[in-house]
Amino acid sequence: MSTKILSKSEGFYDVYDRRPGTDKDTTHYCPGCGHGILHKLIAEALTDFGVKDNAIIISPVGCSVFAYYYFSAGNLQAAHGRAPAVATGVKRSLPESIVISYQGDGDLAAIGGNEILHAANRGEAISVFFVNNAIYGMTGGQMAPTTLIGQKTTTTPYGRTVANEGYPIKMSEIIASLTAPVYVERVMMADTKSISNTRRAVRKAIKNQVEKKGFSFVEVLSTCPTGWKMTAPQAEEWIKTTLAQHFPLGVLKDISGDVEPLNLDHHLLPTDRIGKAINLPEADADQPKFVIPDTVNEEIKISGFGGQGVLSLGVWLSEFGMREGLNVSWIPSYGPEMRGGTAHCHVKLANRPIGSPLVVHPTILVATNRPSLEKFEKEVIPGGKIFWDNSLMDITPSRTDIIRYPVPATEIANQLGNTKTANVVMLGVITGVSEFLDENIVRRTLPQIFKKKHLLDINMQAFNKGLEVAASLKRIA
Amino acid sequence: MANARGFVAVNEEECKGCDLCVTACPVDVLHLAQHFNTHGYNPSEYDGDGCTGCGVCFYACPEPGALTVFKNWEESRHKYLNPNGEGVTSLTLKDPIKGLAVIEATGEIIALSNFLNLKFAE
Repeated sequence: MSTKILSKSEGFYDVYDRRPGTDKDTTHYCPGCGHGILHKLIAEALTDFGVKDNAIIISPVGCSVFAYYYFSAGNLQAAHGRAPAVATGVKRSLPESIVISYQGDGDLAAIGGNEILHAANRGEAISVFFVNNAIYGMTGGQMAPTTLIGQKTTTTPYGRTVANEGYPIKMSEIIASLTAPVYVERVMMADTKSISNTRRAVRKAIKNQVEKKGFSFVEVLSTCPTGWKMTAPQAEEWIKTTLAQHFPLGVLKDISGDVEPLNLDHHLLPTDRIGKAINLPEADADQPKFVIPDTVNEEIKISGFGGQGVLSLGVWLSEFGMREGLNVSWIPSYGPEMRGGTAHCHVKLANRPIGSPLVVHPTILVATNRPSLEKFEKEVIPGGKIFWDNSLMDITPSRTDIIRYPVPATEIANQLGNTKTANVVMLGVITGVSEFLDENIVRRTLPQIFKKKHLLDINMQAFNKGLEVAASLKRIA
Repeated sequence: MANARGFVAVNEEECKGCDLCVTACPVDVLHLAQHFNTHGYNPSEYDGDGCTGCGVCFYACPEPGALTVFKNWEESRHKYLNPNGEGVTSLTLKDPIKGLAVIEATGEIIALSNFLNLKFAE
């Protein structure tokens, strides 16, 4: 007889480092919450099928929003109800990955009703786990579309009525009525037998995806002891006696045995067609290729007032990086700071693949107004570079462990006759002092970037001025 | 303990005392302790005898790391892997009652929390 050990699945992190606070060993779920059981079943299945490192779990808004604390897999957290849409994008761009959309009933059946219907109707080859506890658990037990008639919640204190709130929505039946889904089943987690049945359904839904069968949907009736104001065993009993009576269990559709594996590669666009699709000019094949350093890993934050061209400067830098053959990312940061305060963007340029586009500790900070310098100066890594427009502010960086580049960009731009060229002056300085940007590539690319051709001359002058400033700054250094 | 059919170890600090394993256990060898863990829950406890290693409690438990179930435990067959993954020595299970299960590896006592993180070789 061989020994068998049932222990914490390798599909979970050993320690939940992403969880804030001091407790890094337990989940944030209430005692007896069904999420934990389903998490265990999913983690076990991913590990058993050997797809754990290839899996991407899309977490919803709801209690399971923090699924990324626990699963040792790829994770994305989607906006409320949009997990199937995010899952669609992930699956289409990475057809070999195992994409799981994990959603609650408020997320999937209410705000995300549209997303799930169309993802199912398109037959996206993803696995959806729909945790139905007939209530909005995270926000304190309000009525959900799945709340039963007569069920008391904080927003239906006298019980849900047909006249006022309509009937509970049966998502599995709706999904099963569509042509594309290959597997739709409703299960519950209420006792030993039903949990083992859920385990089978979870494994089938993931197996279907491993075998490229198509859209799989598993609705899991799950407990919310806190929201239902019951003990965990009472909650399991209530699922059996009440919830499962209104939401009949069973396989609602299963054609996974009859369908051929899907060809998922047709969504991938060949690189040359992407260029044509977005009107990129042909690569300059005859030009000598710029030798980029082996270890480019620049994380750049550019910040200033809206209108100073900080977002554009970021776009250009990523454009040049792309033409040099680097991996690049650019994201703008809008927000309440859009008017008056700071608008900024995050740019990454690297030889290696880029994971998150967020820049937390910049290697380069470009600050074109005082609030930006004050706000982001402390984030720059030791030895990083700070470029600031010293014609617009009366402070200088207080740190001594960084390389300083004071650039009177706005003053120079004014002398040239157009304040708006200040960001191009800044570009010239960055190009001049940085090793990862090739002056020739920038020169060749700039005319393609500026849509208004009559402004090209003044911009090229601004760029040259920037290079001059860079040369003088280099001499000082 | 030498040839127990099964053995269940409770990680007290990860248990939230929800009672689901106690309800689920088909042979009734789990109960909630009288004392509290640091989070203020009464953790689940193994009676110390009678576990069949069926694993029902493991799947009933919502907490990923709270329960570890051993089926057909035979201490002599197991080698404990040290953190470098090397097999070191055989183990003896001692006093599995009241959540105080400890493992002894050549005289060195390893506490419960370490015990659950141990890696075993066949």
